[in-house]
Amino acid sequence: MIIGIASGKGGTGKTTVAVNLALSLENNVQYLDCDVEEPNGHIFIKPEFQKSITVGTPIPEVDKSKCTYCGKCGEICQYNAIIVVKNNVLVFPELCHSCAGCWLVCPEDAISPIDRELGILEQGNTGGIEFTHGMLRIGEAMSPPLIRKVKSEIDPAKTVIIDAPPGTSCLVIESVKKSDFVILVTEPTPFGLNDLKLAVEMVRSLKLKLGVVINRSDIGNDDVRIYCKEEKIDILLEIKNDRKIAEAYSRGTPLVELYPDYKAKFQALYHEIERRVGA
Amino acid sequence: MKEIVIISGKGGTGKTTITAAFASLVENKVMADCDVDAADLHLILKPEIQHQEDFYSGKTAFIRENDCTQCGKCVEVCQFDAINPDFIVDPVACEGCGVCVWFCPVDAIDFNENLSGRWFISKTRFGPMVHARLGIAEENSGKLVTLVRRQAKLLAEEQNSDFIIVDGAPGIGCPVISSITGANAVLVVTEPTLSGQHDLERVVSLAAEHFKIPTFVCVNKYDLNGEITDQIKEFCKSNHIHFVGQIPYDDVITRAMVNGKNIIEYSNGKTAELIKNIWQNIEDELGHVIRF
Repeated sequence: MIIGIASGKGGTGKTTVAVNLALSLENNVQYLDCDVEEPNGHIFIKPEFQKSITVGTPIPEVDKSKCTYCGKCGEICQYNAIIVVKNNVLVFPELCHSCAGCWLVCPEDAISPIDRELGILEQGNTGGIEFTHGMLRIGEAMSPPLIRKVKSEIDPAKTVIIDAPPGTSCLVIESVKKSDFVILVTEPTPFGLNDLKLAVEMVRSLKLKLGVVINRSDIGNDDVRIYCKEEKIDILLEIKNDRKIAEAYSRGTPLVELYPDYKAKFQALYHEIERRVGA
Repeated sequence: MKEIVIISGKGGTGKTTITAAFASLVENKVMADCDVDAADLHLILKPEIQHQEDFYSGKTAFIRENDCTQCGKCVEVCQFDAINPDFIVDPVACEGCGVCVWFCPVDAIDFNENLSGRWFISKTRFGPMVHARLGIAEENSGKLVTLVRRQAKLLAEEQNSDFIIVDGAPGIGCPVISSITGANAVLVVTEPTLSGQHDLERVVSLAAEHFKIPTFVCVNKYDLNGEITDQIKEFCKSNHIHFVGQIPYDDVITRAMVNGKNIIEYSNGKTAELIKNIWQNIEDELGHVIRF
């Protein structure tokens, strides 16, 4: 089973829910941190990395001895990543989406793919959790191929927990699509509600099952609960606002370590999701 | 005219709270919201839309069933697994590269521009604001961010504004890069947690080292972990980053938000004073920073 964890608004507790769900299940769990721009899961799961690989994406390399400057590559490229000017071909690697159009279209076979570095993928185990994350290179804009690489590690025999980036953009969709269930984490404030609505729309456009977890549940107002009721979205878990939880979080201490009774709550959350996915 | 972009690395550290407060503190400015896929600044600034336009960006392939011979060429050339075995394009997976369109031997694939969002110029009680809304499941947030900044700049030039105050996006990728390239300064709002600190270091190396933009740092909820707050100050010092202030863990921020107000309007307490100091420090520093 694949459980995606997303939020719309940042800082509502995606990683908190993902980490504590993983730690409460203990066995046969795979944790994939798809927030490749700012991954934080490792701070709490504390895996010992056994594998670190460089992840690249293919971009064109032009063999100028074969090139006739016919211009077909520039014509097919939608991203202005390759252009032919007079007797020269210019490649702009950071604009390239790796669609393969230019090397497929080149009549002289003068273009071949080479790898451009996007970041690294690290993997390690701790207890019964297999942990994987991607770490985008500083200055790199192209995160989707790195997210796809992290997701290519999915082992369907395990319970897969996906920690998504904040927002509702293509990166979040790349992270949560093909999940069996999506947990949306929010807080009961106007910002939390506004971004929850966007996230619900996004998950519904993907036709995935969803439920809500409310973090810092006793701050703000009741509008998130009213919205969920109107939209017939179930609130699966509430986590109280507690300075001790925030302080433990600041040090990298997971909630279930601070308050072990939360383990049962996260196990119940898992069983409820399992029931809904089966239904 | 100076453009200052508020970013954070980690989400939810208080970017929009600080940006909304600056709306009260900064005179003669244009406000802009570049967090286009989860925009919140409008909830406090309550813009009245004066002008709006559609944002078209990118294309999506569409296979005309009646013309398709199911030869399979499109499936073979697509690098994004966007065409299913029944020859239907998944618009979410489609990257808009047009390679299938080019190679289709019977020209059975349409390739039309997407309506990806809308952008707005509005009036607020703090002056003009430029903002946008990216459509659900749309790509190209970077292009929409660039568009919002360009419109804000045009407006600021027209009105002889002194500042453009930009609410940025979380992360360090495409929307953030589009938000900060060419800006006069960046303010990073962080929190004293291991996550906040980890993300701060990455976003500072993007803004200050990679793009060489003058970078300021402030800490929200500084009293949550005094030790990490000290480490953040030390990090700033050793990297020649201007540390411009700190604000405590204070529920007045949530109360102001629930009331649809920024903290400066809602309270004259200590937290509001500390945010005033942050802006004052930035304004003082900008005098020095911009000169080199």
